[in-house]
Amino acid sequence: MALKIIASQCTSCSACEAECPNVAISEKNGTFVINPKKCTECLGHFDAPQCAAVCPVDNTCVIDTSYPRYQIPA
Amino acid sequence: MHASTQQDGASAGALPTIDAVMQQVAEHKGCGTQGGSGKASCGSAAGQGDLPTEIWEKVKNHPCYSEEAHHHYARMHVAVAPACNIQCNYCNRKYDCANESRPGVVSERLTPEQAAKKVLAVASTIPQMTVLGIAGPGDPLANPAKTFKTFELISQTAPDIKLCLSTNGLALPDHVDTIARYNVDHVTITINMVDPEIGAMIYPWIFWKHKRYTGVEAAKILTDRQLQGLEMLTERGILCKVNSVMIPGVNDRHLVEVNRAVKSRGAFLHNIMPLISAPEHGTVFGLTGQRGPTAQELKALQDSCEGEMNMMRHCRQCRADAVGLLGEDRSAEFTTDKIMEMEVAYDLDGRKAYQAKVEEERVAKVAAKQEELATLAGESSDITLLVAVATKGSGLINEHFGHAKEFQVYELSTAGAKFVGHRRVDLYCQGGYGDEGSLETVIRAINDCHAVFVAKIGGCPKDDLTKAGIEPVDGYAHEFIEKSAIAWFKGYLEKVTSGALEHHPRGDAAIRQGALIVAA
Repeated sequence: MALKIIASQCTSCSACEAECPNVAISEKNGTFVINPKKCTECLGHFDAPQCAAVCPVDNTCVIDTSYPRYQIPA
Repeated sequence: MHASTQQDGASAGALPTIDAVMQQVAEHKGCGTQGGSGKASCGSAAGQGDLPTEIWEKVKNHPCYSEEAHHHYARMHVAVAPACNIQCNYCNRKYDCANESRPGVVSERLTPEQAAKKVLAVASTIPQMTVLGIAGPGDPLANPAKTFKTFELISQTAPDIKLCLSTNGLALPDHVDTIARYNVDHVTITINMVDPEIGAMIYPWIFWKHKRYTGVEAAKILTDRQLQGLEMLTERGILCKVNSVMIPGVNDRHLVEVNRAVKSRGAFLHNIMPLISAPEHGTVFGLTGQRGPTAQELKALQDSCEGEMNMMRHCRQCRADAVGLLGEDRSAEFTTDKIMEMEVAYDLDGRKAYQAKVEEERVAKVAAKQEELATLAGESSDITLLVAVATKGSGLINEHFGHAKEFQVYELSTAGAKFVGHRRVDLYCQGGYGDEGSLETVIRAINDCHAVFVAKIGGCPKDDLTKAGIEPVDGYAHEFIEKSAIAWFKGYLEKVTSGALEHHPRGDAAIRQGALIVAA
């Protein structure tokens, strides 16, 4: 799984962009989006996904269940 | 608008020589020793007051640090810092409405390059713009790259503009050296508590060292970092103002303790602001029905902290993209589209010449006040009362009652006239005819005042104000505020002494919570 940003709730504050250890977040059409190919859910980096921890709007950076769980490469 | 007020100022009386006035300013013992109620707000007397010279030099043209300067000099904020690292219960970043004026709200974000261009455009259009601040809409130090890049660009192209920033303090200790390196000489820290138990009621969480902290633990980290940052700044000679939001029932009494804590760590000015809280803002406090303080509650708290240190009372709690004199907002004239089309040549000499004219006007205002004050010297009376003033700047009574978006409030006593605050109101006059509903709003906002000084006022509102017990005064149109207020007060005391008038105290007034409607 990766995280995704619910666009309708995003305030475009950009706080998540700077915190992402994978540079997976960028601005698109006025709000921010997470590239699921780059997102590691912060596994191996931090205790909790950084985008969700810094986001000012609750339940805006959420797990995208349409992707399989991220595996730390062996 | 500004050109005409300048002329009004120059024609308001013969100018004494500058030397004579500076002598008077030097002799004037300042805010601290004149009034019966202790130290006045910084610069609310004529000028330097009891501030050390090196501090006075730094603040004298800074509208947010000197009450006296805010009548003459303008500031602008550039919204280059959208990210924030804490959550406050009085802030909601989700809604942005152009008609709203409160911190944390902006209409558009700027890149550092756009911000630098905007500063040049504004500085060329408004020569009395002397201060550039970064205040958000998030926290400047949660966006350090954008904030410091903006400072770098501006210090290259407009070296005469003072740089300042306003922060929640969480990241402050990490950036103090960079702040010093960019010659940022004014920093404002918002400190609402020094007790983590109280902090937990104001801050639901902070984001620090890659982790979200909540509750008392979060508030403990925040207060430690804020006070550490304050100490580090004052050690380096960087001026610090502390902002506190007064939240009745949460931190109102506690702010006296905050005042002591920040004073002992070298903050030179404390600005206690009323909570802005309404359900339509969508903030936690707005939704829980947490009320803001009344005008009397706010003034009582400010007065009780005043013995300790300088208090600021002219804060307009402006937006993170505000432009112009405090109390006005010209940001709509300088949207990104408009700036990018503007051809801007930075005229440093022209700005200096203009500011020299402003200085002459300030000196004349101080002299006029001192002269009038001298005539009060023999008077003795226990009467202290408030008056409201309609002004659009330059320290003059130069606004029509119906055009005033706010009223400035002065406390009058035999010690003189002291600025104690301002009241936002809706525009009363829209399209040239009066509107009953908004007149009531105005009366509620200045209900604690005995008189309102205006440049002009229509017959209808005049009658209604008189009925409400507020005397409309239009006999001092385009004259200096403090001089006029003192002259009027003298007349008032004479009438009371002769028995022509009976003095009654007035009631409380409301601090407006809703949106400030943009004039144009």
